[in-house]
Amino acid sequence: MSEQTQVASGGTQTTGPAILHATDLKASYGPVRALHGITFEVRHGEVVVILGANGAGKTTTIRAICQMVSTEGSIVFDGHEISTRSTTEIARSGIAHVPQGRGTFADLSVEENLQVGAFTRKDRAGILADRDLWFDVFPRLGERRAQLAGSLSGGEQQMLAVARAMMSRPKVLLLDEPSLGLAPIIVHDLFRRLGALNKEQSITMLVVEQNASLAFEIADRAYVLEAGEIALSGSAEQLKNDDAVRRAYLGY
Amino acid sequence: MGSLAAVSETRGGSAVSVVQRARARIDEIGTRGLAIAGSVVLVLSVVFIAMDGPKLFWKRFLDGLANGFVYGAVALALVLIYKATSIINFAQGSMAMFFTFVSWVLSHEQGWPVWLSIITAMIASALVAAGFERVLIRPFDPGNHLPITIITIALLSVIDGLAVYIWFADPKGYPSPFPSTKNDVATVFGARIFYAQMGIWLTVIITTIVLSLLLSKTKIGLAFRAVSSNIESSRLVGVHVGRTLQFGWALAAAIGTLAGSMFLSSGTTQLQPLFMGQILVFSFAAATIGGLDSLVGAVVGGLLVAQLQTMIGGYIKFIGSDLVLATTLVLIIVVLLVRPNGLFGSKRVERV
Repeated sequence: MSEQTQVASGGTQTTGPAILHATDLKASYGPVRALHGITFEVRHGEVVVILGANGAGKTTTIRAICQMVSTEGSIVFDGHEISTRSTTEIARSGIAHVPQGRGTFADLSVEENLQVGAFTRKDRAGILADRDLWFDVFPRLGERRAQLAGSLSGGEQQMLAVARAMMSRPKVLLLDEPSLGLAPIIVHDLFRRLGALNKEQSITMLVVEQNASLAFEIADRAYVLEAGEIALSGSAEQLKNDDAVRRAYLGY
Repeated sequence: MGSLAAVSETRGGSAVSVVQRARARIDEIGTRGLAIAGSVVLVLSVVFIAMDGPKLFWKRFLDGLANGFVYGAVALALVLIYKATSIINFAQGSMAMFFTFVSWVLSHEQGWPVWLSIITAMIASALVAAGFERVLIRPFDPGNHLPITIITIALLSVIDGLAVYIWFADPKGYPSPFPSTKNDVATVFGARIFYAQMGIWLTVIITTIVLSLLLSKTKIGLAFRAVSSNIESSRLVGVHVGRTLQFGWALAAAIGTLAGSMFLSSGTTQLQPLFMGQILVFSFAAATIGGLDSLVGAVVGGLLVAQLQTMIGGYIKFIGSDLVLATTLVLIIVVLLVRPNGLFGSKRVERV
């Protein structure tokens, strides 16, 4: 395993400034430690994927960034240490987080969900323009703008969650298992759109995903988590062809 | 090929109808609540009118309205807190009582105009409630309801005790903000209504409208509804959850103070430290019947509870005034057995 780690991480490293950098990040739920000190970074314009089995600590990692679990270690975002800030302040500093289960405001209409997404912004005209932009990107949302978000289908809610997160004009978008509970055809559509978002608007993304083959389609780099530690890391190309990753996560 | 298309068509059709049914269900909740409330009221009204004639019924109906709007207003305050935090603020009545006293001090002892006194007391109660939220409520995990509920009960007894200590238990006349001499009365279809009563109706209706606009049209209102819907997601979009809940507590306290002052404005009750006690019980009932998370439900619930109270007390002789409270609450339990979410409460429809 250690040999493979070297093989994978010794490859080409695209240099660019890291916008998000975690060092020796530990996280615990009460007395139970879920992350045992991991180090990773996300650079400007990249899509980074965190892979791993159930219980490996993927969701904990992404929740640790937003201080939704108690953490130790350092997280530097955009040049500032954020591990001492509250979830609200971190969101305000430019990290948008689409939580697992989508976190839709079920009692609010589709349009109000987008308004809440833009809560930290003051430019009314810009907010309205962005709202129309996202109704263009996801026409289904536009058709249902007055409907309560709780009555949308799972796929529509996931699109709403992404659009809501993007309404804040974030510097980094965190996505926690966006494929969860969605039909395969919808998942493909979603990842195609996420890939397009990254390419066309150069949105930096950190994606936690169990569906590795899907994630590799849009990823620049990936980390593999095992039992709260990083087992492998490298470019998506390298990891895709790594034997262990293929057997464990790609299934061939 | 043709059969394949047919299959996919029927699938599409059934998916659409599932969505439509879900939507119809959501619409249904409000309308069905109204239908049940309406039919119960109708049946009871027919029975009562048959007993003593329409004139007395009309008179009793009007008598019940003013109380109904007061219960509705206190229920609004309770619902506001419940929507956001899922706790019942047991201190709501005591806070309202205390600041109704403050408005009495300002108008009676300091000689301020009555409306100015009431508005000042409302603002003072909002500030104090915001302070309570910051110091006593926010330090606790919002997901853990029991400690917060206990704190509100503690607040209730502290505030009640403080009021008795400051103002003693003897009843005091409360100055009405409305014209309230013996001659300030209108006759509608043979029944007399005092202007003060109509003033109470109007004040609560305006308060409800303003509150609805505040929640639906302003940014803080949107934040409040977002926090009510999903606290974690609210944090993730940068809403200051604590400050937003604080706003809710302040708003609820101001509405409570207004309701307390309105109750005394009809002139039928005098001001003393325990005057909110029974109102609070009826308002709990009103909020529960209304579904606990619906503003409209709170006001309709208040009107319904007050009518039950007036009509039962007036028509069923052996109940009289002693058993009114018990009988009304028994009827409310019956309503809840039929509709556990209240008449207007939302049954959460959520997809996974």
